[in-house]
Amino acid sequence: MTELKTETVTINMGPQHPSTHGVFRLILTVDGETVVDVEPVVGYLHRNHEKIGEKNNWIQNTPFTDRLDYISPMSNEFAYVLAVEKLAEIEPPERAKYIRIIMVELNRIVNHMVAIGFLMNELGCFFTPMFYCLRWREMVVDMWEMTAGSRMMPNYFWIGGVAADLPPAFLPQCREFVDALPGFIDELERLITDNEIMQMRCKDVGVLPPDVAIAYGCTGPLLRASGVPYDIRRAEPYSIYDRFDFDIAVGTVGDVYDRYLVRIAEMRQSVRILEQALRDLPEGETSTPKKKKFVAPVGDVYHRIEAPKGELGFYLVSDGETSPYRYKIRAPSFVNLQALPYMCRGGKIADVVVVIGSIDLTMGEVDR
Amino acid sequence: MSTRDLFDTLTAKLPQFELEYLEGKDPAILVRAEHLLGLALYLRDEGGYDYCASITGVDYEDRFEVVYHLCSMKEQGPPVVLKVHAPRENPEVPSVVAIWSGADWQEREVWDLMGVRFSGHPNLKRILMWEGFEGHPLRKDYPGPVDEYTFS
Repeated sequence: MTELKTETVTINMGPQHPSTHGVFRLILTVDGETVVDVEPVVGYLHRNHEKIGEKNNWIQNTPFTDRLDYISPMSNEFAYVLAVEKLAEIEPPERAKYIRIIMVELNRIVNHMVAIGFLMNELGCFFTPMFYCLRWREMVVDMWEMTAGSRMMPNYFWIGGVAADLPPAFLPQCREFVDALPGFIDELERLITDNEIMQMRCKDVGVLPPDVAIAYGCTGPLLRASGVPYDIRRAEPYSIYDRFDFDIAVGTVGDVYDRYLVRIAEMRQSVRILEQALRDLPEGETSTPKKKKFVAPVGDVYHRIEAPKGELGFYLVSDGETSPYRYKIRAPSFVNLQALPYMCRGGKIADVVVVIGSIDLTMGEVDR
Repeated sequence: MSTRDLFDTLTAKLPQFELEYLEGKDPAILVRAEHLLGLALYLRDEGGYDYCASITGVDYEDRFEVVYHLCSMKEQGPPVVLKVHAPRENPEVPSVVAIWSGADWQEREVWDLMGVRFSGHPNLKRILMWEGFEGHPLRKDYPGPVDEYTFS
């Protein structure tokens, strides 16, 4: 009998593929069922966002940032307006600061709900848990709609405040949401966390050791799941995050399961922040006087926030004109994605989509 | 550590690097391209800057500037900003991928959109534009988006 030999095979995955979260291509090299190498190919959604951002004026760029990570529009706007406010030394009113925190923490819950829902999709639990989670996203986008007029592209944050005060129905509805959410997270955990299939597919899959995660520049739940307690809300507190009590969720192993657990824990912490923000929300103005024409002083700044997916930074250069001279986005998904080949190598081919799901990508901000 | 303190420490310990302090809203340290790798290695190993948050290319028309934002996972505070200048003709800056692996895609993006070469990069090819695309769209002399549908 002749000896059986194995040979590596190159497989193309994507760009159109239901599990790649957008238009995203992978070149897989496999030996049987084992992944030898993965080469991500990005850029299919590239629209030169940064070049268009240099043509837009400073104010037009706020709604434009909604299109980056379309699951988390409020966080994108928050990072951008904070960067411009840092450049122009504008201090928004107190009420606006609290409203912003409420919006971005609601956004974090939305993002993690979607991330967990998609992770379950990836595991083959098709769309039932997804819709279970999306119900709660729906409640948040309803609140955004009543406040900003739009569900996905709110354009609610303005340089120097927010676009409008909260409508009267917002606060009761938000309180109801915040009171009910922990019960739902418990229910979700009862259904998913101890599920045997979930554990078998996620534990010890896609392990990312802390030193590798740091070297690749990973941030957000991906980094914290590896046991590094780095959260920009603590490392470099921006806006009024120094006023709130909350804990940083960290994992121990750095596998897919830990990333899921970190996201669950972060939603609970967001509820804590929301409770405090709703309790302390002051009365008063919601914006500095609005201007039709905004000119930023000459200079350059970098401002970063802890977006739901990781560090979202804006590097802005102004030459004193009505448009930015340079408008650069440091997108968390783009940098986090670099760790994908490391996490997939040596694993099984079926785990590739699970690992992708656990990174929590939005191609809108990867490709820009 | 503030950028000022770090700059004073660096100039005292590493006088051969000819660093320059740049005032601004975010103060920065200007380093010459040939000294970038030595400084980066020192900052990572001795300064604890284990995380390279962001790499940006800026086209100032008379020169290119590559901006690095470095942080430490163990310390609080804003990132330290390093700036490197590159000439307008054949801009080239040493790659820091060997020091921070996360610089890989960010340097590829700067090369792709801004046209600054990173010498020593293991895989310097286009990332957002397709292979075979000519030009570097984020340069100021590259024609911008044509707006056919606006009227004023």
